Amino acid sequence: MKYIALRTIPWLLAASVAAATAGHAAENKVVIGDIDDMSGLYADVIGPGGVEAAKMAIDDFGGSVLGNKIEFMVSDHQNKPDVGAQKFREWADRDGVTMILGGSNTGVSLAMNNVAREKKVPFIAIGAAGASLTGKDCTPYTVHYVYDTTALGNGTAKTMVKQGGKTWFFLTADYAFGTQLQDSASKVVEANGGKVIGAVRVPLSTSDFSSYLLQAQNTGAQVLGLANAGNDFTNSIKAADEFGIAKTMKPAALLAFVSDIHSLGLKTAQGLYLTTAWYWDLNDKTRTFAKRYYEKTKREPTMNQAGYYSATMTYLNAVKAAGSTNSEKVMAELKKMKIDDMFTSSGKIRADGLMEHEMYIMQVKKPEESKQPWDYYKLVQTMSGEEAFGKLSESACPLVTH
Amino acid sequence: MISWPNLISQLFNGLALGALLALISSGLTIIYGTLGVLNLAHGAMFMIGGYAGFVAYQYTESFILAVIAGSLFVMLLGVAMERLIIRHFYHRPHEDQLLVTFGLGICFVELVRLVFSSQSQIVPPPALFRGITNLGFMFYPTYRLAVVGIVAIALGALFLVLYRTRLGMIVRAGIEDSVMVDSLGINVYRVFMVVFGIGAMAAGFAGIVNAPVVSLTPGIGDDILVQTFVVVVIGGVGSFPGAILGGLIAGEIISVTSMFNPGYAYVMLFAAMTLVLVVRPHGLLGAQGRE
Repeated sequence: MKYIALRTIPWLLAASVAAATAGHAAENKVVIGDIDDMSGLYADVIGPGGVEAAKMAIDDFGGSVLGNKIEFMVSDHQNKPDVGAQKFREWADRDGVTMILGGSNTGVSLAMNNVAREKKVPFIAIGAAGASLTGKDCTPYTVHYVYDTTALGNGTAKTMVKQGGKTWFFLTADYAFGTQLQDSASKVVEANGGKVIGAVRVPLSTSDFSSYLLQAQNTGAQVLGLANAGNDFTNSIKAADEFGIAKTMKPAALLAFVSDIHSLGLKTAQGLYLTTAWYWDLNDKTRTFAKRYYEKTKREPTMNQAGYYSATMTYLNAVKAAGSTNSEKVMAELKKMKIDDMFTSSGKIRADGLMEHEMYIMQVKKPEESKQPWDYYKLVQTMSGEEAFGKLSESACPLVTH
Repeated sequence: MISWPNLISQLFNGLALGALLALISSGLTIIYGTLGVLNLAHGAMFMIGGYAGFVAYQYTESFILAVIAGSLFVMLLGVAMERLIIRHFYHRPHEDQLLVTFGLGICFVELVRLVFSSQSQIVPPPALFRGITNLGFMFYPTYRLAVVGIVAIALGALFLVLYRTRLGMIVRAGIEDSVMVDSLGINVYRVFMVVFGIGAMAAGFAGIVNAPVVSLTPGIGDDILVQTFVVVVIGGVGSFPGAILGGLIAGEIISVTSMFNPGYAYVMLFAAMTLVLVVRPHGLLGAQGRE
């Protein structure tokens, strides 16, 4: 179609200009590349805010490591797997990239994962939830940092079933992320005595959820499981509110961010259960980081944006400890480290590449409970890393020798 | 998920969706019909209508003022666009017209993103239409019901302008044969400006009326643009009644297909368009011989 062709021309031009201006990397020089959704439905929960967080980490680290200035490059994958993989390959071949951050979309991240394996470049996946990244699709170079579908399902789904939500209907984002999230949540629902009575797969970036909510309403299920994220999530909650779904069903957020709640407002989002890896108001360390981030962006960081800071810092520490940017040495160092920073106090990167850390089940406050702007969550339960992500011995990753 | 209650509710939902598509498409089709320019920035103008209304709502808390602001702002933007840029393209090839409007669309979207970020913004429905209405066979948001009425009134107003005024007569004549209208001593270029303004206003109006139904993001017009093209082709390029008929057909196709498999909503939409093009190359209500 002419429309599609026309749409891609400016991007191609922009990409070629960006490629032409990038230089080659020196020996032992850290070049971090951020390939992420900068303009689409996930841009708000990660995108430019993640760039800001990574830059903060580089500044805090001192701007250089192993005697070289740290380079940082950014690209928009537009939620297209081919675009993400292509950029990764180009940066690996031409710019000597030593680590790739981001992904923010399971489909794109899986494509980038293949490039990480092929080019032997560490890839710290943030934002993508698909647990297969460190499961059956794991690579020696992939680290999955903030959350995965297993942890998200274990958090919200278990809580909802325990609260009496036995029958579920899913609204699922129609790609790898949504289906993996629905699968893991369904397993948790069934293991806890609940039942899944239906699901509808919704195309990515849908703005009007009315047709799907009508279907949900007609099934008579007790819980509306939202296996989607970003603007898809806010649009479905908004439509659920509009259709009065809350009268008959309880919405369950399998992946929601503090910025989503900010967009929706507490009046619409109140009472919602969700699972998060990080929240700005957890402890002094999180508050200190959030305050600095807020001064720069005028927004509280989402868990992904906090994860960007932590992952960049962790990677730079590993490079420093290894005394090299060599991928094997850095990966070995990463898997030895204990991560204790503003993101987690007990993080560790397992043999399959999963960064195991505690997760938090939260409930969105009522408007009258919120004392200040961005005061949105109350803590329901803290899950240990193993409780959330499952045991390493159960990992489907072929790298793990049982 | 296929059952009678579900089918009826989807048919009804398709009507609401179709009404909105009809309104946006009618703006696109009268611009194309009269000026011969396919405005690829139409989706962006729909989006800007929503944002302009959102800003007005922030300051005034009045939905009516938001609707007026959204429509007027996009109308003025349309007029400015026509005067400053589009009119230099009337005698250039269609490819140039497509590129310039497409480029403007990208600029509009990115400008809005620059100012408002990608964060979704919410405009609540007016107090009068909040809540849910029990239709007997289903519960339906009151505001969406109101949208059908609001759009019907807007389309009625557009009909009166097009079919009961002198301006409308010139516009319709211009759609049939703009050279002839020009020869009759009518200043076609001034009419073009007015038509571009009205067409843009239809998009802006639809944008703000639709805002309480979805959450506003800078990319909201992209999908709508594709859908309105299909609507215009199904209904017949340049035909106002065709846009309405096409809009309703497209709305029903999208809504009913989503009951079986949402992934096929677009497939069915394009299949319907192909079918129409095979059977009636000028669209359901399009006239033959028109450029």
